[in-house]
Amino acid sequence: MNAKAGALAESTIEFRRVTYSVSRTSPQTLVADISLAISSGETLVLLGRSGSGKTTLLKLINRLLLPTDGQVWVQGRATADWDPIRLRRSIGYVIQEAGLFPHFTVAQNVGLVPALEKWDTSRTAARVAELLTLVGLDPGEFSTRRPHELSGGQRQRVGVARALAADPPILLMDEPFGALDPITRTELQREFSTLARRLGKTIVFVTHDLREALLLASRIVLLQTGRIVSSALPQEFLRINHPEVQAFAASLDSLPGARA
Amino acid sequence: MSPWTFFFEHRGEILEATLSHLTLVVIAMVIATAIGVPLGMLIVQRAALRNIALGVASVFQTIPSLALFGFLIPVPFIGGIGRRTAIVALVLYALLPILRNTYVGLTGIDPAVLQAAEAMGMTEAQILFRVRFPLALAFILAGIRTATVITIGVATIAAAIGAGGLGTFIFRGVAMVSDAVILAGAIPAALLAILADICLGWLERRLEVV
Repeated sequence: MNAKAGALAESTIEFRRVTYSVSRTSPQTLVADISLAISSGETLVLLGRSGSGKTTLLKLINRLLLPTDGQVWVQGRATADWDPIRLRRSIGYVIQEAGLFPHFTVAQNVGLVPALEKWDTSRTAARVAELLTLVGLDPGEFSTRRPHELSGGQRQRVGVARALAADPPILLMDEPFGALDPITRTELQREFSTLARRLGKTIVFVTHDLREALLLASRIVLLQTGRIVSSALPQEFLRINHPEVQAFAASLDSLPGARA
Repeated sequence: MSPWTFFFEHRGEILEATLSHLTLVVIAMVIATAIGVPLGMLIVQRAALRNIALGVASVFQTIPSLALFGFLIPVPFIGGIGRRTAIVALVLYALLPILRNTYVGLTGIDPAVLQAAEAMGMTEAQILFRVRFPLALAFILAGIRTATVITIGVATIAAAIGAGGLGTFIFRGVAMVSDAVILAGAIPAALLAILADICLGWLERRLEVV
């Protein structure tokens, strides 16, 4: 192993001068010249307004997108060199609308990756029960339900369980609690914050909600129009003297009682 | 002569024509489905083929049915007088609703579901067969139902080129200026269409994913 590969061992995910444009010829650049190293076990929150490029960064990690320029390294290999199927099965992914399969039961949804990986049925069933319990759903009650028989919050819990099914070292979350009512959202945020600490996985979490970022992050990276504005620990974040940080801080103040 | 008397006296013949009509429709529908559904799956990924397939199928739909039967008679191999030509024409008619519904059903799926499937590491084939197809099934069946109802109607015209079926009574009745004879073909055809619509509609609801 050369020195460069040795240095990589520290970071699970690394963006190396990554640019992504819709097409090579188009001037529409969604993220530009991003360099960012994400360490193992970190909960990195990508914060930014709509269109700041945070979802694009997430999709570059599991190769839903390939960089136009630069490289994204995941677990010691550039995403371009990964077999996309293998890469994605080792990365959990949770999205805003959960994206549960409506024709599958809860158990089939959670057990999808194990099924694709050809686990035997009893091992999958045990794993599904374990995960549903982990996300606070009683397996006996919920296993056989269909997604349309669940509330929004329950659907997101299933989404999280599904992402964790094959025990991936990395978890990507794209505004997973964004579509929930405020009470359910707070509930899930708190529970997830505890869960994240327990799991010790590398988590990249996208949000436009500063409160959520402050609650969950071990580090906050603020994005603006496809570029990194700042990278800071949550306790230092609000002290950064940058107009975009101040704009986000102001959004906190504008909600009476938002500061717990 | 009242229609009822005519029906009663010719019940054997009517039943025979109904069965022959049904056979014509079933054969045509099986072939149209066997072509339309796989073709619809194929054109999801191929834009060039999609335009050609949907375009050609639409053109056949616009040709008046009697003319289409007529056009096919001189065509070698598939043409001529009789059932084979009729089946070819019925297949061409039935293709568009099946093809279109298959394509629209497969592509009209919640993008969040497709993105999740891709992000979880499903292959293209797994996404097509385990996600898109089951979710589109009810919609595809709706296309088959529409096509079946159309085909039952159009098949009456097949009698004009000697394919038999319930159209035989209708053409004979027109020639004889006899309502009773026309109805002997028209009523069973209408009942077949209604029955097919109800049965396939029931199946469709069973397959619907909420």
